[in-house]
Amino acid sequence: MSRDTLGRTAPDTARRPDPPGRRRRRISRTETRNARAAAAFVLPFLALFGLCFVAPIGYAVQQSLHRTERTGPLGLGGNEHEAFAGLANYAHALADERFLAGFGRVLLFGAVQIPLMIALATALALLLESAGARGIAFFRSAFFLPYGVPGVIASILWGFLYVPGISPLVKIADAAGWDVDFLSRGTVLWSIANIVTWQFTGYNMLVLIAQLKSVPGELYEAARIDGASAWQVARHVKLPLIRPALVLTTVFSIIGTLQLFAEPMVLRPLASSIDSGFTPNLHAYSEAFVGNNPHVAAAESVLLALVACVLSFGFLRLVGGRAKERRR
Amino acid sequence: MTRPTVRSRTTLPPVRYRIITASLLTVAALYFLVPVYWLVVSTTKNSAELFGTFGFWFAGHPDPLGHLADVLTYDHGIYARWFANSLLYAGIGAVCATLLSAAAGYALAKFPFPGREAVFNLVLAGVLIPGTALALPLYFLFSAMGLADTYWAVLIPSVVSPFGVYLCRIYATAAVPDSLLEAARIDGAGEARIFAGVGLRLMTPALVTVFLFQFVHIWNNYFLPLVMLSDSDLYPIQLGLTSWTGYADRQPVLYQYTVGGAFLSVVPLMVLMTVLQRYWRTGLTEGSVKA
Repeated sequence: MSRDTLGRTAPDTARRPDPPGRRRRRISRTETRNARAAAAFVLPFLALFGLCFVAPIGYAVQQSLHRTERTGPLGLGGNEHEAFAGLANYAHALADERFLAGFGRVLLFGAVQIPLMIALATALALLLESAGARGIAFFRSAFFLPYGVPGVIASILWGFLYVPGISPLVKIADAAGWDVDFLSRGTVLWSIANIVTWQFTGYNMLVLIAQLKSVPGELYEAARIDGASAWQVARHVKLPLIRPALVLTTVFSIIGTLQLFAEPMVLRPLASSIDSGFTPNLHAYSEAFVGNNPHVAAAESVLLALVACVLSFGFLRLVGGRAKERRR
Repeated sequence: MTRPTVRSRTTLPPVRYRIITASLLTVAALYFLVPVYWLVVSTTKNSAELFGTFGFWFAGHPDPLGHLADVLTYDHGIYARWFANSLLYAGIGAVCATLLSAAAGYALAKFPFPGREAVFNLVLAGVLIPGTALALPLYFLFSAMGLADTYWAVLIPSVVSPFGVYLCRIYATAAVPDSLLEAARIDGAGEARIFAGVGLRLMTPALVTVFLFQFVHIWNNYFLPLVMLSDSDLYPIQLGLTSWTGYADRQPVLYQYTVGGAFLSVVPLMVLMTVLQRYWRTGLTEGSVKA
């Protein structure tokens, strides 16, 4: 019986043309084929992304909500176990004056150093793009070179140029009758700003040049024929055109500034004015490895990531909103 | 048609402007090159000369090769070991990161699968998360898994590059035509072969950029190995050199070794950067212009 029905229905459906159904079936077959291939390509990355980006954030949040409790006499010795702590670690971090001072210091640093560096990078990009042919390749390489010097090595290098016994800069200043101290409480933050500027100006300049190059040359030519001076072309044609690159470099600079760590860490042995809470990252590091307080360190890491997100998205919203207003 | 424009462009700015431009560029070049110049001069000096002579000029008996040999042989050649570690982390890490990014970016660009945009947004969020904010939590996680203080602790996080995926997706969208993939499929080629034969080949410029970015990123990374590693045999150069500066107070000859070690570590990367500058530019254009 079943054989009969099977034998009859199978040729029936084959004979009867059913275009929509068949097409649907074929699309779904390529779709599953697509999905399977896509999964094979994407999953290795996604798995590692999950392990190295998502899991640590989850683990940090979980750690930051717990604390270690000891059940021995006077809280010493005995058994250790994890207990839910609510937001106590966050309260502890936010009540720590040195942690907050570190945040303030990094924000001040960013408010001064980022505009200066971006302005310098823009000026150099515009100069290189407008200068006559000779020597451009040399200058571009010279400006970009420091990007190839790791932050730690750059800090070691500049540290030698700051520290009184060795530094030729201090010797020159002394000979000129200036009394300079690059590592005092008041100056050390700006000495670090100099290291960061030295390292990243050339990189940002290259990003800006790339965008300048993507603009058709006729546009500049047309402005010049209309009687615009080089300065006017730069101000009214080039600057608006490299806006996206300026936004991009600024966002990455904000993220980089909040993470400030290697420079103060390397200069610490030279400058007594740098304490263990000089930047938020340095503070979290000391909490974890010196203070042996991983739960508070986890809370501080979460706070740091949050502030970085808020600041960079905030900046993107800010410039996005302004662009919309201008378009209207 | 183009000839006159080119000529007018080079002759248009008056001499006065060109002199101002050239002098401004020269001042900037001095600023960027002086520390490197100091490093080169100081590599020729021993510890006494480092402190006793003027930093921007050579001392009486320059002996750069001798000093560099001292760096390489100090403490049973630990510096060479650090250098090899750095090469291992940055080389293997960057190759794996490039392949993973290429595969993921290719799939995100060429396969319309459900959840594609969600995955891409996740990747974008990854670009904006500060790396060092992740390093401490990653350390807690890895030490819970027993991975801390091993080569894996630095290598595994190094092969994940959200920026690489982002760049590869944008590049593959523009540079890999669907018709070519379709033709290969009709010829009966499997997806893996199409990716290896067509996709990877057409994406090569972007892949070089991703490799360079990731290589420099891993080579320069300090915070991750600092929190992950305590065995000095596993250190990359950066970590090793800071451990020398930490001891230099008690052992002044380490100042000289630090200078020589810094010189040796900076040279290969600067050569690499200058030679491959072209790729930095094309890659950056892709990243910034289409963002």
